[in-house]
Amino acid sequence: MWNYTEKVMEHFLHPRNVGEIEDADAVGEVGNMACGDALKLYLKLDEGKRIADAKFQTFGCASAIASASALTELIKGKTLEEAEKVTNDDIATYLGGLPKEKMHCSVMGQEALEAAITSYRGGKPAPQDEGRIVCTCFGVTDTKIARVVREHELTTPEQVTNYCKAGGGCGGCVEEIQAIIDEVWRKESEKKARAGYPMATPMTNIQKIQLIQETIEKEIKPALRADGGDIELIDVIGNRVQVAFRGGCAECPASGVTIAAVVEKKLREFVSPEITVQEVKDENRVSR
Amino acid sequence: MRIVYLDNNATTAVAPEVLDAMVPFLRDLWGNPSSMHTFGGQVRKHIDRARQQVARFIGAEEDEIIFTGCGTESDNTAIMAALKADPHRRHIVTTRVEHPAVLNLCQRLEKEGHQVTWLSVNAQGMLDLDEVRRSISERTGVVSVMYANNETGVIFPVEEIGKIARAAGCFFHVDAVQAGGKIPLNMRRSAIDYLALSGHKLHAPKGVGVLYIRKGTKFSPLIIGGHQEMGRRGGTENVASIIGCGAACELAGRRMEEENVRVKELRDRLERALLEKSPDARLNGHPEMRLLNTSNISFEYVEGESILLRINELGICASSGSACTSGSLEPSHVLRAMGVPYTAAHGSVRFSLSRYTTEEEIDFVIERLPPIIEDLRAISPFGRKTT
Repeated sequence: MWNYTEKVMEHFLHPRNVGEIEDADAVGEVGNMACGDALKLYLKLDEGKRIADAKFQTFGCASAIASASALTELIKGKTLEEAEKVTNDDIATYLGGLPKEKMHCSVMGQEALEAAITSYRGGKPAPQDEGRIVCTCFGVTDTKIARVVREHELTTPEQVTNYCKAGGGCGGCVEEIQAIIDEVWRKESEKKARAGYPMATPMTNIQKIQLIQETIEKEIKPALRADGGDIELIDVIGNRVQVAFRGGCAECPASGVTIAAVVEKKLREFVSPEITVQEVKDENRVSR
Repeated sequence: MRIVYLDNNATTAVAPEVLDAMVPFLRDLWGNPSSMHTFGGQVRKHIDRARQQVARFIGAEEDEIIFTGCGTESDNTAIMAALKADPHRRHIVTTRVEHPAVLNLCQRLEKEGHQVTWLSVNAQGMLDLDEVRRSISERTGVVSVMYANNETGVIFPVEEIGKIARAAGCFFHVDAVQAGGKIPLNMRRSAIDYLALSGHKLHAPKGVGVLYIRKGTKFSPLIIGGHQEMGRRGGTENVASIIGCGAACELAGRRMEEENVRVKELRDRLERALLEKSPDARLNGHPEMRLLNTSNISFEYVEGESILLRINELGICASSGSACTSGSLEPSHVLRAMGVPYTAAHGSVRFSLSRYTTEEEIDFVIERLPPIIEDLRAISPFGRKTT
């Protein structure tokens, strides 16, 4: 027996906004019968582009029906931009919480909403449909798994199953799900390190120089080269970074002002907020 | 609220006669049957009497019966004992539709290096005896087959399977937890070596199981401890439940024949009416080779948990093979093994009756369930709308 809140039971037994809207402006459909739940969401907009009416049809368990009912209540009267901000956590919170194994019901609500909005804007499939199928039992892609992992800060395959069902069938993809989780968090921690978030341990000088070099290669050079210019890292003294400009940039009299400022901004963002950038001209460059 | 209990394959009410028989052992005669003193020791003869009642009920000798803690323990004990008796035979034959008590144990044994043949079932949930014959060999240590399926009620031809197993010289275990009290059992004319029963499925309380071990069959205990149960199951006896189990078996033996007629009539009436009143409903399992108290019906386009929680509001108790009710995401392994489409498996509801089910209760369900199905279909994006 699930421990459903009174609010879930109330919305399950007396769902709001059930049905179809014949001349709907947007329709979003997710799930299918074989998976055990499906949701079709209809939206009608008023002249001010606000959601004047929302209706749904659901095949699913009590929490799927309650989640769909809650979703329609949450988005009515909102503009699409406002509605877009409604997350599955908002649905779960509205219902006073859902059992963790049932979180995927609220995710289904959020996805139906996204699908409806995307279709209204003339759209391409929702991003979670792209990618490679990892869970063949429920047809869940790596993109979608990575997304729930990031959005809900998941760390175990079991949590992933609760949010998007992946891994809940034959269990054959559990190891792959773990690999996706590891990859997501590896990338996230790299991104944080580059964005100058305080790291658990301070960077060594070598790490800092490597990161500066990497940032110049990846973030700065491509843009300069597009304009026929180039940049070279000369030296790093504490937080003072010396660079030299080449090609188009070297002749540019404005380089000292603008380009150094751009480089400094990038390095502050990816390496450390303390970084200052100094341009060194070829003539006063230390021989190497 | 009035409770309409149609979930008797899950558990049953303790019969009033059973409770009466048990109460003295909770209130006054609480001694340990192993004690030297009269106060405790006198309990022993009551356990012996319970053993006698169970033995009579299944046509066995008293020393072929041990009491365990539950049906699962009986199943585990039998399979492990059979494998231990002939360790060179490392092959197990069982079915894809077993109760988890056997299914999960065999999966574990498979992981640990035993070879397991999982017998398939057809769309009506029946085994293919030719496949059984092909699967059993001189390498097979144990064949473990349920007598009747808990979800669909489908009955397997255990005696025929037993003959095949015996011819191959391997042990034959039968999980008869659902059959006990519904199908007459007679071990004297049987090819079964081990047979498991559970008290709470036949109006005894929970916490007591029975394991029949044919005389002369090699045995080693699963629970190692004292000398209780002739050294075959350690642990101080669950006296009151054992007394209750004996009383329940005696009661079932006396009343089964007459009850079966009435229960079958009620089950058929429920089944006919629900299939008639709800379009796109189908019966799961063989229409005849089935426990006469069980009806498993799939209502297409609606989901089982939703049905259960809606009828729960009316006090009606049933169960479902839908994924959502199990806490897993896959629907019932039994229905999947039968090839029931996922869509139908998600909308399956099992009704299981007992001797206490009344005509009035059945009529109540017939009246109240179809509108709920219609209602849920009106919410569903699939299927034909009935309104």
